Amino acid sequence: MSAGTGSVFSMRGNVLRHNLLTALLLGPATAWLVVFLVLPFVAITVFSVGERAPEGGYQAAFTLAQYANLPARATAFWNTMVLAPAGALACLLVAYPVAYYLALRAPQRWRLILLALVVIPFWTSLLMRTYAWMYVLGGRGIPALLAYVGIEDVRLINTPGAVLLGIVYGYLPLMILPIYVSLERLDRQLLEASADLGATPISTFLGVTLRLSLPGVMTGFSLVMILLLGEYLIPTLLGGGKVFFIGNALVDLFLQSRNWPFGSAIAITLVAVSVVVLLAANRISTRLSGARRVDLI
Amino acid sequence: MTAVPDIEFRGVTKRYGSVIAVSGIDLAIPPSAFVALLGPSGCGKTTCLRMIGGFEQPSEGAVFIRGHDMAGTPPYRRPVNMVFQQYALFPHLDVEDNVAYGLRQARPRLSSREISRKTGEALAMVRLAGYGRRKIHELSGGQQQRVALARALVNKPAVLLLDEPLAALDKKLRTDMQIELQNLQREIGITFVLVTHDQEEALSMSDFVCVMNGGRIVQLGQPSEIYDEPADLFVADFVGKTNLLSGKVVGLSGKLVDVALADGTVIAARKRTPLAQGEAVSVSLRPESLSLGAPGSGRLDGLVRNRIFLGSTAEYAIEVQGIGTLLAKADHLVGGGNLFKPGEPVAVGFTAGTPLAFPENNGTNQRENKNVEIVS
Repeated sequence: MSAGTGSVFSMRGNVLRHNLLTALLLGPATAWLVVFLVLPFVAITVFSVGERAPEGGYQAAFTLAQYANLPARATAFWNTMVLAPAGALACLLVAYPVAYYLALRAPQRWRLILLALVVIPFWTSLLMRTYAWMYVLGGRGIPALLAYVGIEDVRLINTPGAVLLGIVYGYLPLMILPIYVSLERLDRQLLEASADLGATPISTFLGVTLRLSLPGVMTGFSLVMILLLGEYLIPTLLGGGKVFFIGNALVDLFLQSRNWPFGSAIAITLVAVSVVVLLAANRISTRLSGARRVDLI
Repeated sequence: MTAVPDIEFRGVTKRYGSVIAVSGIDLAIPPSAFVALLGPSGCGKTTCLRMIGGFEQPSEGAVFIRGHDMAGTPPYRRPVNMVFQQYALFPHLDVEDNVAYGLRQARPRLSSREISRKTGEALAMVRLAGYGRRKIHELSGGQQQRVALARALVNKPAVLLLDEPLAALDKKLRTDMQIELQNLQREIGITFVLVTHDQEEALSMSDFVCVMNGGRIVQLGQPSEIYDEPADLFVADFVGKTNLLSGKVVGLSGKLVDVALADGTVIAARKRTPLAQGEAVSVSLRPESLSLGAPGSGRLDGLVRNRIFLGSTAEYAIEVQGIGTLLAKADHLVGGGNLFKPGEPVAVGFTAGTPLAFPENNGTNQRENKNVEIVS
């Protein structure tokens, strides 16, 4: 009996300790999120309904004028809305075969090495790698080589094509990895069952492999797409300021013209668009893959 | 046999690198038979099944389905269907779409009315009518098993392949499904090839049992034949329970041999292969062929160590000095007068000639396999 009560007490102690431990473990992350996500978000929201002070910056007010002014940056929105999905799609088209090979075809002993090769470029900063592309695509890079073999006047840098290439190059691993994971988890016996039931390899791919890897595809697509919505670096370096993204507009508004309220309104709109994209992707992916729920946010 | 066999293996060998999984198999499976490939894990039975399905190619020899050499024919062009061990049902499709999957692959295309009619029939056959719109994960193991059966049978295959289909079910459900499978096979009349490591399942369900060991067929026969007349020590030990006693041949007389056991007792045993005078042998004694009686009345004297009362029968572990522990099984007669208690001395008897003698070295190295396998 006494042993029984003793254990109840120690259990209560355990629960307390457990709660304390949980709080300690969650503390740093929570503090980080509050300081660097929640507070800035609140600040930006407040800014977005304010006015630009005469000397630049923010002046308290309550107006939706900044939102009404959004069409003034329609080109940046348009570029982003076209190039972000196009970039994500291009990424997907390149990444899927790679992920498929890695997960289903590559010999087991090579798999880890090949995966490492996919990830290793991430160890260098995107800035450095994009600079490298600037030189590769620039006047003394590929065009110079082409001129050497007689093909003159090829212009690669500062074109939408260059931006797209930079996007695919920079974000490929983010697309490959989730697709790889979903294909790796695919029960091989389902592929055999499909063949056993008379499905040709193409039908099996479309009806089983692709279908069951859709959660990975949607995860990769929304990851890349959302990062692209805020992309700043690649259009600047490879698009030469001619292909103008929302990210570039934001830098401009906050740092150059110091129109904080208008910048904030654009930022809030961007966040809203991202959330909509995520929710839609989540919805589609859940519906297509049947039972399993995939929660992205 | 005049009819073309449904399945025929001719000199089939399968190697994975330097490992030989299946070695020189010749086997003809007659139409409308229920055949079990039985053996411990790694004996090559699943490899054989997968070669019929087209998921593995023989390294040597050929597999024929209804007289056609299947070399180079991919799985999706073979007239066979498989029930996979974990069922391999498509998680993104509901029950009806799973069953209709094979029908939708047919060229020329079947009309959607035709597909839904056949699907409905198949589901009714496995007693799942009305479950068409259920998701796979909403079904119990036994129901999933039946969906897998319907999905395979709806295509009217020449042969149905079953890869350990009952391994994932609990004991009660397994017994039900054994009967159901047997009935289905008789009803449809196509050949069933069942792979199993469970000797009881093989004996109870099939018309023919093909016992495999180390990539070879060691015995092919009807269940009773396999049980009563095992070809070698491995089969005797693997199929059913048996007592194996070491001894030495001390006399030869026609089909019988006299074997001196470790304690000096000489018993008469039948032989399956030629044995020489003085050869070391293992004598197999089925537990149910032993009879227990009052001390002094039998061939060997021992002490009851344990009794496992099973209702209609009782099993005894009997320790015999100089020989070891014997397992005996006795019918339990109403009134209970024939029950022995642990610690009680008993005499163990058996009819002369019921023991079977096998050369000692044959197959003994495989014996450990028997208990290791849980699921292959």
